[in-house]
Amino acid sequence: MGKEIQILEDVTVRFAGDSGDGMQLTGSQFTNTTAIFGNDLSTLPDYPAEIRAPAGTLYGVSGFQLHFGSTEIKSPGDSPDVLIAMNPAALKVNLKDLKSNAIIIVNTNAFDQKNLKLAQYEVNPLEDDSLKGYTVIPVALTQLTANALEGTQLSNKEIGRSKNFFALGLMYWLYNRPIEATLAWIDDKFKNKPEILEGNKKALLAGYYYGENTELFTTRYQVEPAKLEKGFYRNVSGNEAVAIGMVAAAIKANLPLFLGSYPITPASEILHELSRYKSYGVKTFQAEDEIGAICASIGASFAGSLALTTTSGPGLALKTEAIGLAVITELPLVIVNVQRGGPSTGLPTKTEQADLLQSMFGRNGEAPVVVLAASTPADCFEMAYEASRIALKFMIPVILLTDGYLANGSEPWKIPATDQLKDISVPFRTEKEGFYPYLRDENLSRPWAIPGTPGLEHRIGGLEKANIYGTVSYDPDNHEVMCKLRTEKISKVVNDIPDLEVTGDEDAELLVVGWGGTYGSIADAVNRVRKQGHKVAQAHFKYLNPFPKNAGEVLKRYKKVLVPELNLGQLSHLIRSEFLIEVEQLNKIKGLPFKAVEVEKKIIETLGGKNV
Amino acid sequence: MSNNEVIATQNLPKLTAKDFTTGQDVRWCPGCGDYSILAQMQRSAPDFGMEKEKIVYVSGIGCSSRFPYYMDTYGFHGIHGRAPAIASGVKLANPELMVWVATGDGDLLSIGGNHFIHACRRNIDLKIMLFNNRIYGLTKGQYSPTSEKGKKTKSTPFGSVDYPFNPTSVAIGSGATFIARSLDRDAKHLQQMMSRASKHVGTAFVEILQNCNIFNDGAFELYTEKDTKADNVVVLEHGKPLVFGKNNEKGIRLHGFTPEVVSLEDGKYSLEDLWVHDEFDTNPTRAYILSRFSEYPELPMPIGVLMQVHRSSYELDVETQISTVKEKRGEGDLKSLFFDGNTWEVA
Repeated sequence: MGKEIQILEDVTVRFAGDSGDGMQLTGSQFTNTTAIFGNDLSTLPDYPAEIRAPAGTLYGVSGFQLHFGSTEIKSPGDSPDVLIAMNPAALKVNLKDLKSNAIIIVNTNAFDQKNLKLAQYEVNPLEDDSLKGYTVIPVALTQLTANALEGTQLSNKEIGRSKNFFALGLMYWLYNRPIEATLAWIDDKFKNKPEILEGNKKALLAGYYYGENTELFTTRYQVEPAKLEKGFYRNVSGNEAVAIGMVAAAIKANLPLFLGSYPITPASEILHELSRYKSYGVKTFQAEDEIGAICASIGASFAGSLALTTTSGPGLALKTEAIGLAVITELPLVIVNVQRGGPSTGLPTKTEQADLLQSMFGRNGEAPVVVLAASTPADCFEMAYEASRIALKFMIPVILLTDGYLANGSEPWKIPATDQLKDISVPFRTEKEGFYPYLRDENLSRPWAIPGTPGLEHRIGGLEKANIYGTVSYDPDNHEVMCKLRTEKISKVVNDIPDLEVTGDEDAELLVVGWGGTYGSIADAVNRVRKQGHKVAQAHFKYLNPFPKNAGEVLKRYKKVLVPELNLGQLSHLIRSEFLIEVEQLNKIKGLPFKAVEVEKKIIETLGGKNV
Repeated sequence: MSNNEVIATQNLPKLTAKDFTTGQDVRWCPGCGDYSILAQMQRSAPDFGMEKEKIVYVSGIGCSSRFPYYMDTYGFHGIHGRAPAIASGVKLANPELMVWVATGDGDLLSIGGNHFIHACRRNIDLKIMLFNNRIYGLTKGQYSPTSEKGKKTKSTPFGSVDYPFNPTSVAIGSGATFIARSLDRDAKHLQQMMSRASKHVGTAFVEILQNCNIFNDGAFELYTEKDTKADNVVVLEHGKPLVFGKNNEKGIRLHGFTPEVVSLEDGKYSLEDLWVHDEFDTNPTRAYILSRFSEYPELPMPIGVLMQVHRSSYELDVETQISTVKEKRGEGDLKSLFFDGNTWEVA
């Protein structure tokens, strides 16, 4: 039977199930295939803190959202058009987020008394009219998978685990995607478990053909490839992009890369990724704790490596004292903070932007550091590279802020031409004549004289140093000079970073100013509002300390400035104190990224509620 | 010399203690045991078989941690407790360097305890010198994690109720592969221990009993004073029986796992009955018993190498792993980095 094909510009799908249902895997396979197919896309995984939460519970629901389209996609989408719910809990948790006429594909086999009770449903929602308005497609996923795998050597438990591949196959059919990439992935992933390999492939194909043959679906959807800039692409998460960016920086700096790290959600993947890069000479040191991790990195920096430490909020707090040590010893160091919900342990698996002020000011004494923030998952590559470049050039610690959303979210990354990357190599000092450890060049940067260099033996450390000579100094005037020098180094960086870019309407009344990972939602919101006829401009900070040279001028150019942030107003605070201007705030602190619609509403409200 | 030790092969310029002296004024209290430790290091360093630019001293915070400023090599005065971590980074980044840690009992065993045990566990090639004076000196006289129970200090006016660490026991328990003890006042012995530590591959731990003449004066005088030393110190030497006393008239015999002092004069016991020290015993049990001698007033304080065993060192394992992967996969470059995984072309 032929089925109607409907062309869509963009679609948001969400896979949801128990944390043991393999939703992250299913989602990332769908993402890879979609990327290779040529759509632009953005993803948002949402997983519980528990590794294997009790099956069927509301708090054990794991989700993966993917927004893909034939046009430019900047955010993972506000509200899913399609939900794949593997059990009642997944339905209940996600229903409120769906578009009013969304398609819901449910695994009917999971809607038994036990699971309904765990999801706190008194009545089976498939049997009353609570899902009225949605297009519910009931599929006996568990049973159909079992049928497809009958006669294999797999146990019932193993067969049960394959049902996500059945669901994935069905989605491939529904959105007209090729299945080859996933088949190849299964071949590789399960090459040592031939029965499971065969089982998963069978389940995937069975799901695909089920879509073709069942009468439940009357329509298939087609999302044409997007018109992306020419070139080679690869889908990357923010954490992957940080890792690639750091390795690239090390190669272009002609230095070995050293990572000192301690596992912490949601930053651990950077450690995992970099520990794979042994053939690039990368040394990864999983230290005994956060402090050990940064201190080892400082030691490696002293000894001449491009040194990196990666962490998340609570870890950054632990590294505080050592960052001060890097400030006073004036050693290059990149500190990546993948922000998560705080304070304290907070919301480890959720996103937030509440470490901006910690990064700016969270140290004893006058201890300024450069603070950068990546704006999208792929931008993490560029900003990791930038962080390395600045750290090396200015002999200074640089904090790069990403967040849980950027870290786990993904999008296509346009692979740069290798000769496009700036040369960021810096020479080690070898000349004995006239050497002092705290000599200054035009950037106020001191020489990097590494152990092993004859004739340059010297001592550095956390005690205040005499300028130029580097000996311990308690001289009051010297201390003031050094505090000012360390601050001035930061202001020298201003000359080395791009201006703040403004997009949107030149003659806008309102400038929307964000920073870091909220870029996509803000851009979507600004576009929508502009389509409605409003004049709005957007600027996005990726350099927070120092601010770009033109920041003050840009901010003062507009009558109103709106600052959306996933915190209680940290950038607003900085802007007010730095530029003495008033700003409107939009703050959300729920562990979730902005939906474009939330920013859109606030923009309209700030403009006086005028709907053109 | 065992096969665990490296022998310097380079033709090095002959250096002297003076070559290791910096212009910086030494700022320890007059009479401090640290002066002797510094002097012995400056005297030993020329024989480490290492160019001085390849030697790095890393320290934490405390009186002892001023040490790097006074050695004319590369040095890093870190933050409290973190010297082993900083030093680990230095050594990993460049395994050709000889990396020493100068630290105190508060620095290494209190605030830095975690870094210490993990350095030992990894067996990373650091030479850790613990200046153990059993007191906090730089903060002016509080009890430390090695202060004896009951000790009256500024923060324990009624006596400490803390049970102390035994540093050598901690090192053995944590997996260090070279463990020695010496005295600030025994110049020759201390030089020997420094020299031995310098040649060990792996974590070398040297506890130096050091007098703080301001806040804990005389803590070790039983072991250092001429008239008491012989009766209270046993010098460990590989292959030799444990003998001590002014006229070598006392020995130590192992009765099961219990060490006991016996007289060599009353005809009951002879040298053959005594515990013969085996530095290279791969079973740490005896070294552990030796480390506990200091808990019993009737037993003498052992100085010397308690144990030295071979286990591959962390930084060399790291290097080996990298070269193995490079051999297998080829050296990575930007192109292989960027095109790893699923890529596609938009034409």
